[in-house]
Amino acid sequence: MTDLIRNTAAETAAAIAAGEVSAVEVAQAHLDRIGAVDEKVHAFLHVDTEGALSAARAVDAKRAAGEELGPLAGVPLALKDVFTTKGVPTTAGSKILEGWVPPYDATLTRRLKDAGVVILGKTNMDEFAMGSSTENSAYGPTGNPWDLSRIPGGSGGGSAAALAAYEAPLAIGTDTGGSIRQPGAVTGTVGVKPTYGTVSRYGLIAFSSSLDQGGPCARTVLDAALLHEAIAGHDPLDSTSIDAPVLPLVAAARQGAGGDLTGVRVGVVKEFAGEGYQAGVMQRFNESVEILRGLGATVVELSCPSFSYALPAYYLIAPSEASSNLARFDAMRYGLRVGDDGTRSAEDVTALTREAGFGPEVKRRIILGTYALSSGYYDAYYGSAQKVRTLITQDFARSFADVDVLVSPTTPTTAFPIGERADDPMAMYLADLCTIPSNLAGNSAMSVPCGLAPEDNLPVGLQIIAPAMADDRLYRVGAAVEAALNNQWGHPLLEEAPAL
Amino acid sequence: MSVIDLVPYDEALAAYDPVMGLEVHVELGTATKMFCGCSTELGAEPNSQTCPTCLGLPGALPVVNEIGVESAVKIGLALNCEIAEWCRFARKNYFYPDMPKNFQTSQYDEPIAFNGYLDVTLEDGEVFRVQIERAHMEEDTGKSSHIGGATGRIHGASHSLLDYNRAGIPLIEIVTKPIEGAGSRAPEVAKAYVAELREVIKALGVSEARMDKGQMRCDVNLSLRPHGREEFGTRSETKNVNSLRSVERAARFEIQRHAAVLNEGGSIVQETRHFHEEDGSTTAGRIKDNAEDYRYFPEPDLVPVAPPREWVEELRAALPEMPRVRRERLQGEWGISDLEMQSVLNAGAIEPILETIAAGAPADQARKWWMGELARHANESGAELGALPITPAQVARVSELVAAGSLNDKLARQVIEAVLAGEGGPDEVVAGRGLAVVSDDSALGAAVDEAIAANPDVAAKIRDGKVAAAGALVGAVMKATRGQADAARVKELILERLA
Ligand SMILES: [Zn+2]
Repeated sequence: MTDLIRNTAAETAAAIAAGEVSAVEVAQAHLDRIGAVDEKVHAFLHVDTEGALSAARAVDAKRAAGEELGPLAGVPLALKDVFTTKGVPTTAGSKILEGWVPPYDATLTRRLKDAGVVILGKTNMDEFAMGSSTENSAYGPTGNPWDLSRIPGGSGGGSAAALAAYEAPLAIGTDTGGSIRQPGAVTGTVGVKPTYGTVSRYGLIAFSSSLDQGGPCARTVLDAALLHEAIAGHDPLDSTSIDAPVLPLVAAARQGAGGDLTGVRVGVVKEFAGEGYQAGVMQRFNESVEILRGLGATVVELSCPSFSYALPAYYLIAPSEASSNLARFDAMRYGLRVGDDGTRSAEDVTALTREAGFGPEVKRRIILGTYALSSGYYDAYYGSAQKVRTLITQDFARSFADVDVLVSPTTPTTAFPIGERADDPMAMYLADLCTIPSNLAGNSAMSVPCGLAPEDNLPVGLQIIAPAMADDRLYRVGAAVEAALNNQWGHPLLEEAPAL
Repeated sequence: MSVIDLVPYDEALAAYDPVMGLEVHVELGTATKMFCGCSTELGAEPNSQTCPTCLGLPGALPVVNEIGVESAVKIGLALNCEIAEWCRFARKNYFYPDMPKNFQTSQYDEPIAFNGYLDVTLEDGEVFRVQIERAHMEEDTGKSSHIGGATGRIHGASHSLLDYNRAGIPLIEIVTKPIEGAGSRAPEVAKAYVAELREVIKALGVSEARMDKGQMRCDVNLSLRPHGREEFGTRSETKNVNSLRSVERAARFEIQRHAAVLNEGGSIVQETRHFHEEDGSTTAGRIKDNAEDYRYFPEPDLVPVAPPREWVEELRAALPEMPRVRRERLQGEWGISDLEMQSVLNAGAIEPILETIAAGAPADQARKWWMGELARHANESGAELGALPITPAQVARVSELVAAGSLNDKLARQVIEAVLAGEGGPDEVVAGRGLAVVSDDSALGAAVDEAIAANPDVAAKIRDGKVAAAGALVGAVMKATRGQADAARVKELILERLA
């Protein structure tokens, strides 16, 4: 059964469609794997055994009835616990939502179910997606399958770890400042932040509405493309959803896997290097650039001077929106309620509940955001940050006039030990240095494995950035790099991970 | 509750100049809520008209109701406003249990309509122009019911019930610029403005604007400044005043109260105030200093609203006749004086009269009945004219029976009384009470003969050619027939017999 969990999503779907294996067998193999390793990894907050098996049975019944199956029918998936799932607990990694069972499915959840994808359960994450290590989860940290004492990245550490631990071939993340890409980089998996507005946010518990974007996580670029096509597309329930056809991402991945990047212009962002960047990370990154050149791409160095203001701008915009988005957790209608002993006012119960239900990082950001939006400070903080956002968008626009994609390391370092940065928020925030600009500009970006850093033998990610509504370029370039590296290594990078 | 000796109204106005600001919330009559598909129907089971969006469940998102935007544009155009080419919603952040998201999706510095005015006609026919600052879109909150407290307020309540059926119902907030120069007529201007606004809203068909149902609510902001001073005084904000009369009374009370405080050398507290229907007074609510901070910022879950110009012009071209223009037209058509028109308005008689005319009655007859018999009845019973248990069609039928000679005025009044008393329609009453005018000679002959016999001296005068004396005999016959005789025929019969 080992193959069942090591197969790619594309292989699994093909095997199920061909009747070589049933969806139930595939689901059971993954549930067994979760049962065997998740106590160590802690990728899942909730495993929905019954739901998964019943979804798998439905796929098998469909096949038996001779109905056509979608490209991902029967493939198991780990869903970040930030998307609502009807009848299945959803916590966003927070105590304040402990025990909440949503009465509705997120649009993304609905689309996965409609595609016959088998949702295994909900994955661990930093509380309300605030963090870069999954240590901010109210339910304990997740271990990086490469080294369980290290962080799997965040906020979507659970989804990335589930992939690297072979608990699921597909996962869903959300990327507000790098929460898909950075976990992908440090776990040796693929993560894509789609163009803002191309994957519905309806049912995604909001952290920062103007930055949040759901996206695919997988072990291969092709699998990510298959998943991306399944979840993308206009949603009338999300006003910021873009009404445009889904790009041919799978076709782009297949084209890229052919290995020819002739005519593709690649820009290296000068600002993403220097102090704070681990030597082994830069080494693997530079080798990737050479691989791109070898595949026929032209490579130029570019400057995006406003990127140095991205981090401060992000830490004003995201907390500002979060302070408002998280106001609804008031103990009135759902979730935790503390101190309601019949003597206290609603106001006191709300205050006690928020005090007990939110973790320190969430409180930090609510306070920061509340302050930044205050009358008298709004222009200096939120207003200025929005201007920086415009400048960053302009830097990207200028760059994309000359190149098709930009590349950088996904994150400046490899996975750090659990606890190392827990008391140093600023050090933690630096993990998202290279990923944040794309969230501020709303464009698309991917992290694809590009080797192990020699000094610690941990995975390094290559970030590829494309303009908004040009996500297909990520897949072409990403698949080309992936194919070249797999060829060079003789196998996918993940096979070098220690057995759990 | 602190008791304060109000300054007599005239005395207050002799010393101070009132400045008002009126904020009116109108609940739109859209079928669905502002940001979700839930029904807006009133009176449903609590919390039966809710969904993840209007309950503020985690993950739920808003989608703008296009009819809500259209209604806002129509209101803006009717109020002579500029319509924004591009505007955004904004979040108004504050905690309250009946607000599901703990922010209200509203508009802040980019309202959909701004810089307008509304001309209102005061009781003596003077026209006062109220400048409009803005009209913006927002959503209503849920409704809290506080149980166990003496006054229905949260203080002293044992628990509260929350109904989110109202949460998310589209609201348009219409804010005036400071209303200056109204002097002693400020309360009258306030009432006339709200009344006119209500007429405009109803004419547009965007809301029924029933104040008694909370579909239209007014906040009266008022301050006083000594005559000759430029800068405004500190204002009070009397919230949720729910009838036209109350708007006037609230303004009047606040003028007298502010004057009393200022005369004693005190200062007005910037606060909200509650209005009390029973005695027309206001009492302090919560302090509203400028430190209150709603942390407005553009709503990131919604895209900007950019009404295309051609669409705005289409809406402008399709606006109905505005109430004031219509009133002037009707006054001309009916040929009545300003004063008569004003009393028609004050009685709320325009619609009943028009409907009666539409049902076939001549204008003067329709007006006569609604402004006479029926207005008196409405006054006595305290009901609105439109709420009387008689339809315009029934009034038109009475008018028709009079014109045909089947009823005279006196009988017609009896018929109307009977219809109001629930005895059925005019024809049923006439039949049931046998009220038809008697013009049959054989039936009248005996009564005429009796009257002549009983009044020989009058009869003699008539024989001598004093025809005018016949009136006394007609009166006697009418009395004998309990008013049902055809008076004209009676006179003819008398003159025939005494020729
Ligand atoms: Zn709703």
